[in-house]
Amino acid sequence: MPTAFNEKISQTLGNQKLQLALYAGTGRLVEHRKHAVAEERLPEYQELRSHANALKKHTIEHLDHYLEQLEANVQAHGGQVIWCRDAAEVSDFVLDLAKRRQARLIVKSKSMTTEEIDLNERLEHHGLEAVETDLGEYIIQLRGERPYHIVAPALHLTRYDVADIFQEKLGIPNETVIEKQTMIARSVLREKFLAADIGITGANFLIADSGAVVLVENEGNARLTTTAPKIHIAVAGIEKIIPRAQDLGVFLKLLGRSATGQPLTVYTSFLSGARREGEIDGPDEFYLVLLDNGRTKLLADPDKRESLYCIRCGACLNICPVYRKIGGHSFPWIYSGPIGAIITPQFLGIQHTPALPFASSLCGACAEVCPVKIDIPKVLLDLRAGVKEGPGKAKSDWLERLGFHAFAWLMCHPKAYALMGRFSRLAPLLNIGPLRAWRSQRDLPAMPAKSFRQLWKERG
Amino acid sequence: MSARQDILNAVRAGLGRKPLEPAPPVLLAIRACEAQERIASLLRCAGVLAANTHHACSAADAREYVARAMNGRTAVASNAPFLRECGITGLANVRTGITDREELRAVCAGAGCGITSADYALADTGTLVMLSSLEEARMISLLPPAHIAIVPAGRILTGLDELLTILPKPADRTSSMVLITGPSRTGDIEQNLVRGVHGPGEVHVVVI
Repeated sequence: MPTAFNEKISQTLGNQKLQLALYAGTGRLVEHRKHAVAEERLPEYQELRSHANALKKHTIEHLDHYLEQLEANVQAHGGQVIWCRDAAEVSDFVLDLAKRRQARLIVKSKSMTTEEIDLNERLEHHGLEAVETDLGEYIIQLRGERPYHIVAPALHLTRYDVADIFQEKLGIPNETVIEKQTMIARSVLREKFLAADIGITGANFLIADSGAVVLVENEGNARLTTTAPKIHIAVAGIEKIIPRAQDLGVFLKLLGRSATGQPLTVYTSFLSGARREGEIDGPDEFYLVLLDNGRTKLLADPDKRESLYCIRCGACLNICPVYRKIGGHSFPWIYSGPIGAIITPQFLGIQHTPALPFASSLCGACAEVCPVKIDIPKVLLDLRAGVKEGPGKAKSDWLERLGFHAFAWLMCHPKAYALMGRFSRLAPLLNIGPLRAWRSQRDLPAMPAKSFRQLWKERG
Repeated sequence: MSARQDILNAVRAGLGRKPLEPAPPVLLAIRACEAQERIASLLRCAGVLAANTHHACSAADAREYVARAMNGRTAVASNAPFLRECGITGLANVRTGITDREELRAVCAGAGCGITSADYALADTGTLVMLSSLEEARMISLLPPAHIAIVPAGRILTGLDELLTILPKPADRTSSMVLITGPSRTGDIEQNLVRGVHGPGEVHVVVI
């Protein structure tokens, strides 16, 4: 494994405070989800999951059709659709629009897609101010960090960390009461909302038959971002599409419950463009940015295509025994946990993250909680095979191949197998070469006094 | 099958593509639910989420409740005819009738309460459904720290599935449909629940 990955993991494992925050934070979310999807509260839970999977599968298999339908419907309501191949095309579009409208201040509501393309950094590099308005995102933006978790970006921080950064960046001394910290953020950000020229959001769902963007949140910052400024830009991956508004009956019931255990989040906004004639408020202009950034590459692989079904609820992170120990920042990209382990190598190229598909115990808990039934362990195994069969790999792993050949021969020859069984009693002495690294992390089980074969013989 | 579909299918087949299959069926189920049960469920669910609730027996009762809830604060009320009919827009310190966006924004930014009706309410989640129009502006339920919603009992639906059955395409009616389920909240610092982070931290659901 690359050292940077190892180092981050070691740091996280060695930080007691962080371990506690991770354990408690994810544990609470696991309990909330479990409560919300329990048989007595949501008897149709499994039916909803299967239906969500079928809907996502259908949409992804006919993505071209639904994208065209979506585009036509956005345009019918006076909005514009901007197709972007990569990060640079998104920031070029926003910068150009900002220039034409003489905009300087941009408010943003939490969006993993804009994190994915480092939009804030790109805009700030060109002199624009881009302010995150979700409380957790705002805090980590002040700290210059990436989100720690798909739905709980500041999961790794305590009130004392927040007090420190508020003191450093806002000049507010030693405020450690969470309610007061929240109200400080409210008043600072309220000023920004009322002064902002452009609001940028992501999208939880794109509705093909309505040309609409659906935003799901608890704080109200997405509503403010899409209501206060005169321009609303929604940036979404092309896979976020679902066919009909009526399909929200399935997806909204799953998303809130899987993410935070809420039957519905506090606010669900269904937005189909700028304000219309007769409406009092809302933005004057609406742009929907449809982002590829590696998604079509992933789409081309029928075995792993299901990775695009993800609705970013974060349930697989919370339940994952690996994520719960190594945390979000150990992962090489903004998508962490099991879903990050399968989409990161596919978006960035497996050669950049060859260790990632192996950072899993394949316990399958992620697949069990996934609301759209992505078979994450299966995709991980496929990716592992890809790493091992990748160019130049066949020769370099001669030792491993030799080992498996020897194992195969042994399993086909009972006498040799029995003999080997006796020799295996010497295993504790083997602490050389690659075994040394392996043994440094694991204990061998103690050998019983007699082998199974001996016991069997004695029984007669 | 139309000629258009035939030709498009032939094109797709020629390119090795599958013809467009029908989408999986819509999955919506509406549970039978009596009017009284809907009211009770709406108020109970909203109450669990820490909204203040009131079942008003008359318009006058609702008006009195609103006056009490305002508790000396100023308010901006939406242009919903229902609020006028209830006499709520006539209460002291209530501004209403604003149709200009910039004016509304300034008023909302300074008001203590926002008073609206709701186009629908969802009984099984305690949700208010707000469709943006000349009668209901988006900012009134968003900018002031308190939101008071007056809902006629007849507009209470069983839940999300009934809403999506009545409004299969909300975009045909409005550019903005918002579902509001309880007061604004966050758990972003140590998962400690704090209300009123950006939207109203105080929500009143009044059913007449």
